Amino acid sequence: MQHINVTVDGTSYEAEVEPRTLLVHWLREGVGKVGTVVGCDTSNCGACTVLLDGRSVKSCSVLAVQADGCEVTTIQGLSTGDDWHPVQTAFKECHGLQCGYCTPGMVMAAVDLLNENPSPSEEEIRDGIHGNLCRCTGYHNIVKSVQYAAELMGGRK
Amino acid sequence: MIPAKFDYVRPSTVDEAVAALVAGGDDAKILGGGQSLMPVLRLRMGEPSVIVDTTRIDEMKGITDAGDAIVIGAGVTHDEVAKSPLVREHLALLAAATEHVADRQIRHRGTMGGAMAHADPAGDQPPVALAMGASFTIAGPGGRRTVPASEFFVDYFTTAVGPDEVLVSVSFPKHTGWSAHYEKLNRTAQAWAIVAAAATVRMDGGAIAEARIGLTNMGPGPIRATAVEQALVGASTMAAIAAAAEQAAEGTSPTEDIHADAEFRKHLARTLTKRAVAKAAGIS
Repeated sequence: MQHINVTVDGTSYEAEVEPRTLLVHWLREGVGKVGTVVGCDTSNCGACTVLLDGRSVKSCSVLAVQADGCEVTTIQGLSTGDDWHPVQTAFKECHGLQCGYCTPGMVMAAVDLLNENPSPSEEEIRDGIHGNLCRCTGYHNIVKSVQYAAELMGGRK
Repeated sequence: MIPAKFDYVRPSTVDEAVAALVAGGDDAKILGGGQSLMPVLRLRMGEPSVIVDTTRIDEMKGITDAGDAIVIGAGVTHDEVAKSPLVREHLALLAAATEHVADRQIRHRGTMGGAMAHADPAGDQPPVALAMGASFTIAGPGGRRTVPASEFFVDYFTTAVGPDEVLVSVSFPKHTGWSAHYEKLNRTAQAWAIVAAAATVRMDGGAIAEARIGLTNMGPGPIRATAVEQALVGASTMAAIAAAAEQAAEGTSPTEDIHADAEFRKHLARTLTKRAVAKAAGIS
């Protein structure tokens, strides 16, 4: 077992984990962050995307021990009380989801993209979220959601 | 799935990493960014008994200007490589190819050294290293050695790095003022290249003075298209570029798989080389 100290959504957690524990499994089962989901076994789908020290990663492809000393932000750490993050608001307003399974990862990928590029073009958005798969929407409303989120965050118009 | 059990070691120096590999025997594996190894562990296609995590070794991070070369630590992420001002100024082809690696999340985590040492024949950076004449610094129990790219890539997923050795850094000769383009064909987002062509050129007036061409997924390892490079010297028209690119597939024995047979891959090598050179040279 390895001792780790990880800050998740602003709270510091100490834990003993098996080295083979994936970060996503520790977040869900050790910390209760079940908003972050597992969608595939191949690193393709991006549903498990979180921010690790501020940058998006697929938490199925990082060991929990590798997050030792780091800061993780999950979908559950985005809102402040009842105030949603603008990307969450935009996904709701633009109907950027159907079944919702990809949404936690899609939102985190969009947050990361907008942190780096506050006013992305449609092409930059499509390229920026291409590590995330959605099997319902055809991506149309997801792209609209990211565009609207950029507007809400002051990056467009 | 959950990976099989392993012992985990997190060294803070290269020497400690080598010692951990020696102690772990043939069954020890290095974990860098993990974007190739983690899926292998999860699918239990590999069950190493010891994992040596090199992500906290300071010496393997950082991009430095070494005069006539840029030295990139093996642990530098794809994202850092693609955005580095030094890389963009002196190694335009490496920046162009690295932007095409997988997706944002994977570029944030995966490392250049990991991609080189993994040596997937469809990997985007090995042909760049070969075409640009990069050299690889490898540390092992007997000390350090430097291996040219022409000897580094040995076979499918096989490099000159031994089981008790660590790739520390890659040195790329500066190609300041050279323009570049990486032309990659893949069927879907995130997919590996069916074939890709990496081209960088030095222009003199309106003509190509020098060219370096690397090919992805045209054999068990990266391929440098030297005949095309020579034929491109002096080319200033699309017709001249197309004629030179006709030689791109000569002498290759590409793999056949569900995506492409050998003939189609050879066609792609010629076509993508033509496009990559034309875009790099700004000739249409």
